[in-house]
Amino acid sequence: MLRHLISAADLTRDDAVLILDTAEEMARVADRPIKKLPTLRGRTIVNLFFEDSTRTRISFEAAEKRLSADVINFSAKGSSVSKGESLKDTAQTLEAMGVDAVVIRHGASGAPYRLANSGWIDAAVVNAGDGTHQHPTQALLDAFTMRRRLIGRDAGLGQDLSGKRITIVGDVLHSRVARSNVDLLHTLGAEVTLVAPPTLVPVGVDSWPCAISYDLDSALPKCDAVMMLRVQRERMNAAFFPTEREYSRRYGLDGDRMAKLPEHAIVMHPGPMVRGMEITAEVADSDRCTAVEQVANGVSIRMAVLYLLLGGNEPALTHARTNEEK
Amino acid sequence: MDKHDTPARPQASDARPVLEGPDIARVLTRIAHEIVERAKGADDVVLLGIPTRGVFLAQRLAAKLEQITDRKIPVGSLDITMYRDDLRMHPPRALARTEIPGDGIDGRLVVLVDDVLFSGRTIRAALDALNDIGRPRAVQLAVLVDRGHRELPIRADYVGKNLPTSLRETVKVQLAEEDGRDTVLLGVKAGQ
Repeated sequence: MLRHLISAADLTRDDAVLILDTAEEMARVADRPIKKLPTLRGRTIVNLFFEDSTRTRISFEAAEKRLSADVINFSAKGSSVSKGESLKDTAQTLEAMGVDAVVIRHGASGAPYRLANSGWIDAAVVNAGDGTHQHPTQALLDAFTMRRRLIGRDAGLGQDLSGKRITIVGDVLHSRVARSNVDLLHTLGAEVTLVAPPTLVPVGVDSWPCAISYDLDSALPKCDAVMMLRVQRERMNAAFFPTEREYSRRYGLDGDRMAKLPEHAIVMHPGPMVRGMEITAEVADSDRCTAVEQVANGVSIRMAVLYLLLGGNEPALTHARTNEEK
Repeated sequence: MDKHDTPARPQASDARPVLEGPDIARVLTRIAHEIVERAKGADDVVLLGIPTRGVFLAQRLAAKLEQITDRKIPVGSLDITMYRDDLRMHPPRALARTEIPGDGIDGRLVVLVDDVLFSGRTIRAALDALNDIGRPRAVQLAVLVDRGHRELPIRADYVGKNLPTSLRETVKVQLAEEDGRDTVLLGVKAGQ
């Protein structure tokens, strides 16, 4: 039984489709005058954010509040962590307060896994992004956005993304979004192509269930969705490309490149966007760009995940991590 | 010759039909007339079915009401999963669709439609769910079968068939839209 959501690779196809279908119903709550469900009344969820985040933290908080959970926000700045407290002691403090779930973002890859499997706490752990490892709810909301746009809101129910061709472009090396998306999209039957400069492709990528290309222009005409990644300067301690201008020329998405996409194809961005770097303002503001929609969908997806993990006496998701998918 | 009249599998023979297709059609026609009578013309009636089978019953009732009144009757669905009082006792259930007709339910007469009325807990959850959606003028309840054993002070306004049962028995409604045929089966709980 899957008690925690640590990695997108832990989800089976049926789990992922169940989350997407549940999110589709959750999305309808946003259209109501009273955007609230009583489902997690009396459950306490801590948002444990060791790394800066606006989008993800607010999105989780909105999802928790719409499900009537009690929400405690914790950010490392201004907490005992800045006085040198370890993750273990922080976790045990939270456990003593009786929390039911911990949503954790941490700069170190594997921190959520450690929290979930160390025996420090009983609470369910939801990974909200760890280092360069995983960000499963982002992958789920991306898949949700693709299913809605490429198949349809109602037509998509119960469906996966079989046969859809997705191109992920940019700083794959530092991107937990790319890793999570490759895992989840593969599980959902999509064909993923990563496009990046050779220096920004991680070692061992040939074992991932996806194709690699270094040429954006040849990949564009044959994809249903293109996902642009931000170049994560804050994680870079070396020069990975000569100049920003050169990166932008070769791997940035501008109007001319967007015109090469098939007519139905969408442009995605997990945010925050750096206009003029990986994406031009013209593309970011076009109606093919789903960046804002992805944020709205994030709340629905997080409601679905929290409901399925915490809504009953045991989680509704099965555990199916296999070695080949790791 | 083969024996064509061998008894059906034990499970199926345990369950005895108490309402067949034509009975269900007649019962729904009667309920439709009762709604029109009690609501004095059903001008402001909104039918909300409780998934899964309540939704099909609501759609059938709406069709009958439209025949009687010659007016379009708004019909929708109300999923009560998130409002259940036994959520913590089972794994989370898949959600069904809540579809409120375009004009909403404020100031309207909402008739909730379900297949079986038993403990009354589903209807309590439905009343809570309605509360988050709007403020109807009044709420009424129509059910195909009332099998008794209420655990809450709730009663139906329109009942297809009162079916006195024991707690050892099961009542299963099958509808063509979902199960391929119309019938209400009275059976005995497995293992009893």
